[in-house]
Amino acid sequence: MSTATHNQPLPADAPAHPHPGISGDGHGHGTRRSYLIGFALSVVLTAIPFWLVMADVIADTTIATLTIMAFGVAQILVHMIYFLHMNTRSEGGWTMMAAIFTIIVIVIALSGSLWVMYHLNTNMMPGHVMDPALMM
Amino acid sequence: MSSDIWTFIFGRLSWDVIPYYDPILVGTFAVVLVVGLGIVALLFKHKLWGYLWHEWFTSVDHKKVGIMYMVLGLVMLVRGFADALMMRLQQAIAFNGSEGYLNAHHYDQLFSVHGVIMIFFVAMPLITGFMNYIVPLQIGARDVSFPFLNNFSFWMTAGGAVLVMLSLFVGEFAQTGWLAFPPLSGIENSPASGVDYYIWALQIAGVGTTLSGVNLIATIIKMRAPGMTMMKMPVFTWTALCTNVLVVASFPILTAVLTLLALDRYVGTNFFTNDLGGSPMMYVNLIWIWGHPEVYILILPCFGIFSEVASTFSSKRLFGYTSMVYATIVITILSYLVWLHHFFTMGSGASVNAFFGITTMIISIPTGAKVFNWLFTMYKGRIRFELPMMWLIAFMFTFTIGGMTGVLLAVPPADFVLHNSLFLVAHFHNVIIGGVLFGIFAGINYWWPKAFGYKLNEFWGKISFWCWVIGFWVAFAPLYVLGLMGVTRRLRTFDDPSLQIWFIIAGLGALIIAAGVAAMAIQFAVSILGKNKDWDTTGDPWDGRTLEWATSSPPPQYNFAFTPIIYDNDAWADMKKRNAQHPTQGFRDIHMPRNTWAGIVLAGLSVVLGFALIWYMWWLAVLSLAGIVVVSIMHTFNYDRDYFIPAEAVVALESKRHKPVPAGE
Amino acid sequence: MSNTVQAEPGEKLEFYDVVSHEHTVHGSTQIGFWLYLMSDCLIFATLFAIYGVLGANFAAGPAPADLFNLPLVAASTAALLLSSITYGFAMLDMNEGKQGGTLAWLGITGVLGALFLGFTLYEFAHLIHLGAVPQRSAFLSAFFVLVGTHALHVLFGIIWLVTLLAQIWLKGLIPANQIRVQCLSMFWHFLDVIWIGVFTVVYLMGMLR
Repeated sequence: MSTATHNQPLPADAPAHPHPGISGDGHGHGTRRSYLIGFALSVVLTAIPFWLVMADVIADTTIATLTIMAFGVAQILVHMIYFLHMNTRSEGGWTMMAAIFTIIVIVIALSGSLWVMYHLNTNMMPGHVMDPALMM
Repeated sequence: MSSDIWTFIFGRLSWDVIPYYDPILVGTFAVVLVVGLGIVALLFKHKLWGYLWHEWFTSVDHKKVGIMYMVLGLVMLVRGFADALMMRLQQAIAFNGSEGYLNAHHYDQLFSVHGVIMIFFVAMPLITGFMNYIVPLQIGARDVSFPFLNNFSFWMTAGGAVLVMLSLFVGEFAQTGWLAFPPLSGIENSPASGVDYYIWALQIAGVGTTLSGVNLIATIIKMRAPGMTMMKMPVFTWTALCTNVLVVASFPILTAVLTLLALDRYVGTNFFTNDLGGSPMMYVNLIWIWGHPEVYILILPCFGIFSEVASTFSSKRLFGYTSMVYATIVITILSYLVWLHHFFTMGSGASVNAFFGITTMIISIPTGAKVFNWLFTMYKGRIRFELPMMWLIAFMFTFTIGGMTGVLLAVPPADFVLHNSLFLVAHFHNVIIGGVLFGIFAGINYWWPKAFGYKLNEFWGKISFWCWVIGFWVAFAPLYVLGLMGVTRRLRTFDDPSLQIWFIIAGLGALIIAAGVAAMAIQFAVSILGKNKDWDTTGDPWDGRTLEWATSSPPPQYNFAFTPIIYDNDAWADMKKRNAQHPTQGFRDIHMPRNTWAGIVLAGLSVVLGFALIWYMWWLAVLSLAGIVVVSIMHTFNYDRDYFIPAEAVVALESKRHKPVPAGE
Repeated sequence: MSNTVQAEPGEKLEFYDVVSHEHTVHGSTQIGFWLYLMSDCLIFATLFAIYGVLGANFAAGPAPADLFNLPLVAASTAALLLSSITYGFAMLDMNEGKQGGTLAWLGITGVLGALFLGFTLYEFAHLIHLGAVPQRSAFLSAFFVLVGTHALHVLFGIIWLVTLLAQIWLKGLIPANQIRVQCLSMFWHFLDVIWIGVFTVVYLMGMLR
């Protein structure tokens, strides 16, 4: 946030990009239409899981959990595409690359921790059973 | 009543926490006081405060920030090494019923603070310093992406170091080992200030590390000179990129875990307690998810340094550039898949241990590929045995053995025997000293002429080299032996007199290393103060291959008057081969960031905040936090952050050098 | 990886860029801020991991079904979702150079954010009143810290937003301020994404158990 902030307007011809190695620049901009589509989708994707839980629609807890998680993932994707304007081109693909790497690390850390701690609990504390709904 | 006011103002700070009863600490304090006052007096006498403030402390120039990181790292190296010497002495004499000369309270702080300092305030600042100084030069940039952030990051790191040093004389440091596992580090077992110093020092330094990681990634992605595609980047820059990816993707985990530990201690939550559903093992699990990538954060840039050294001093291209890059990327990703090998013995069972044992063995493959690449780079090269090259050879020998003992530890059944033994201590010193420190020393000898304009003294450099390498083996080979005999780490006294001889040998080794440290200090002093300096007027004293050698030594503030255009790997070697001429006219104004006081002030306030939290001075904590918020917001209202160096000034600077580049040197 | 500047041996090449203008004026800010968000993501990932592992350790204390009030969660979710579309409108107005519209939509976004924060505070106060304090069990510790960290981020976002309102009002929609609005936009939508994870994993899945 430091070089970015100075009060001289950009020269009109500034964006002539000096890096042949990197193509594409900046984040995409949304349109009114894309924002509204994103909003509509996210309202639907929020309302359904809330309804599923509040009205007790699905009797089987495992299926209900998986359904809700699927809705959550779908809604996160909607937000990333329509609000965060993620695509494979912005910043020469680096935005997407960083996000994918982060997701890999998160998946490793989350699933790894659950796996390691679950086995630890079953091995070291027999009789103490953790909630299967959380163990995924 | 008056005691209430006292408690309100000073929290739990009182005269009792000043260790005036400990002669060792009082002596240290006296020395620090005398030396410190001496330095302050000298600075006043030569009226250097203004110079320091304007030219260094507030500087956003990546080169100056880099040098400040290096100074911080080297100063802290002396502190951390002094702790090591004390431990070696204690372990060498505490036999046959002798208690040695350190009580348990002091000794436990020593091994904790030694680890913390060596990792966070020696190795981290030194590699960050190199990346700061070298990366923008290697990619043909004028500065990093966020110069203010860079200055701020440095001061946050320094702020963490200040808190650790403060714990020496006010209160105490943690007695928990360098990772502060609960429940030992919980409030019930460590009620005093030690663990709090640990937490806040690392949190403050951690903010700096994370931001500098973001900064350097953005710099490498966005600021490369025209033509420098990813696969034309120098290997050091590649390793810096991967290291900073690891920083950004692992330090937040440390921050979160330490925050939770702090909440357990301050608020009474139950994350890592033994009560009410807490799990101390979860702390171990999470902190190693950070801790293992941290190991690669330290070693990757050193692999980069050695790659540059190998090709420069063999006078040929790096063998297997592409495989080197992919090996680095593979290590980056695999480093997230091995963390459990630090606690095979915790009890997750055979399936989990087998998985992490295998991933650990797999990660040694790309590392092995790198060693072969360096060897093949040297093969049929015109090798010059300058100091950096000597460090490279010592590194390959030492590090490979350290790597092999690591693979032994990766076998879970073997680890059940060797876990927490001195074998482990010998192993990680073998890779951290033999890999990281040797790499840093190679880098210092290699890039010193770039930073200061003259080469380091070779005689004292060689003495330091031999003392370090021999001293290392004399100090740590006995620990392998002791570890195999089953001696565990962190012991203060011993019952079995037959072990003593090994500890005495290890102590002698530490003394040889001490001679190496002293020789290095003399090397710096002789080089800086000596009259017959080995001046480098070309900017390219080693016949270098990458772009940092295309600038003068030291480089001008703006690095490159004209941005270089890159056609090939080893851009500078390519330019020399094709007889590229530096333009002599057409200079333009150069756009540069302005210096700022915001970094040092914000970091200073953070140290005050940390101190207030450690001693429960809540009013001061609130006040300094408010100060941080206000200064940050004020800083965002400052839009005037850059200026132009006029073309005439550039011409004046450039005309001092830039005779035509000698063809095909 | 082929490059755009190919060199043939012996060809006359330009090795120094004597024509190009100053570059990278605002070039790195967005990717830099994005990288920061990725690091923040990992803080939340750690807290989710903690919640995943410790979230069922009630220590004979209250469980999610005893505590959570889904209509309240739905209301705060609605406030946050609405605030993301109003921020979108602020961005659209900014791109068209409409300063007044930008300020108005940003203001509405801030109010919705404050509303969300109010709901969270109300919920926390209610839980503490019931005796379900963070110290009660590992589940409650994990719950309060996960939801509380998100709330702290929203608070930080609101402070930033107010600062930005003042800066736009003082300096107008200059490029430096536009970049800041874009960064805050990323931050704000990032908080939405985290909240989706929170209401799915903590509240909805908690009520299923």
